[in-house]
Amino acid sequence: MQDVRDALYIGHRSDGTLTRRPMSPHLQVYRFRLSMFLSIANRAAGVAAAAGATLGVCWLNAASKGPESFKKVQKVTRNPLGKLALAGWTLALVYHFVAGLRHLAWDAGYRFEKKEINEDGPVAVGVTIGATLVLLASIFGVAACRSRKKKAS
Amino acid sequence: MNASHTPRIDVMRSQLGRARGLGAGKAGVDHWWLERMSAVALVPLSGWFVLQVLRLAGAEQQDVVEWGGKPANASMLLALMVLTFYHMQLGLQVIIDDYVHGKAHLPASLLLKGAALLIGLFAVIAVLKLALAPSTRAAA
Repeated sequence: MQDVRDALYIGHRSDGTLTRRPMSPHLQVYRFRLSMFLSIANRAAGVAAAAGATLGVCWLNAASKGPESFKKVQKVTRNPLGKLALAGWTLALVYHFVAGLRHLAWDAGYRFEKKEINEDGPVAVGVTIGATLVLLASIFGVAACRSRKKKAS
Repeated sequence: MNASHTPRIDVMRSQLGRARGLGAGKAGVDHWWLERMSAVALVPLSGWFVLQVLRLAGAEQQDVVEWGGKPANASMLLALMVLTFYHMQLGLQVIIDDYVHGKAHLPASLLLKGAALLIGLFAVIAVLKLALAPSTRAAA
């Protein structure tokens, strides 16, 4: 036995002999609920946001190195696939932010009843989708305006 | 039940004493609390970051250099980078704790800590390089 959790798996039968307690049933026995998807999605979004942050550091590094490095990064950010990755990163960041705020509220003792959690789930989805779309439209809009201005001048 | 799964205990100690000997919660609530505190700090920093992204969308290198050369921007950016990668390390550590068991747990944790530290340092150096670069506005 190496793991302290193993100690909690051991119980006694009524005749006094030792037995391993049954484990919790696996995921597929549960009916699908939005809250369970939102829970694992927060974890996935955190991982995706971390991966995106690493790419963001590459962008910063290129900017600090000079115009030639920055041109290489622009090839990625102006490529449709790069834009798709940027959109995915934005979605992950926005959802992780929204779900994080919910977690902070729960930790402070608010909105933690089952009924409230089930009410807030769809709201979180709506806010995430809405905020992501607004953000992406603004970012790509600003970028388009800037490049048009540059061409005009 | 299944006879092959019947556990065997070599030492005559109480269940509680044995569990205690295996090590308690170690750092207690520290990890959880620091994850929350870094999250709280990242809320306003993320808001600032969104504004800066909107300012810099489609920017050329010259614009980014000018932006990063301002001490206020560099300070916020440094805080954002340090807290982001600290929060990332805390979060990914929980995932490792949940899914990686046995002997692989320690090397996985060390790998994560090393990677988070190096990426974070890399980000800090990049920001400092931008911030401390000789001002291009004065020369022009």
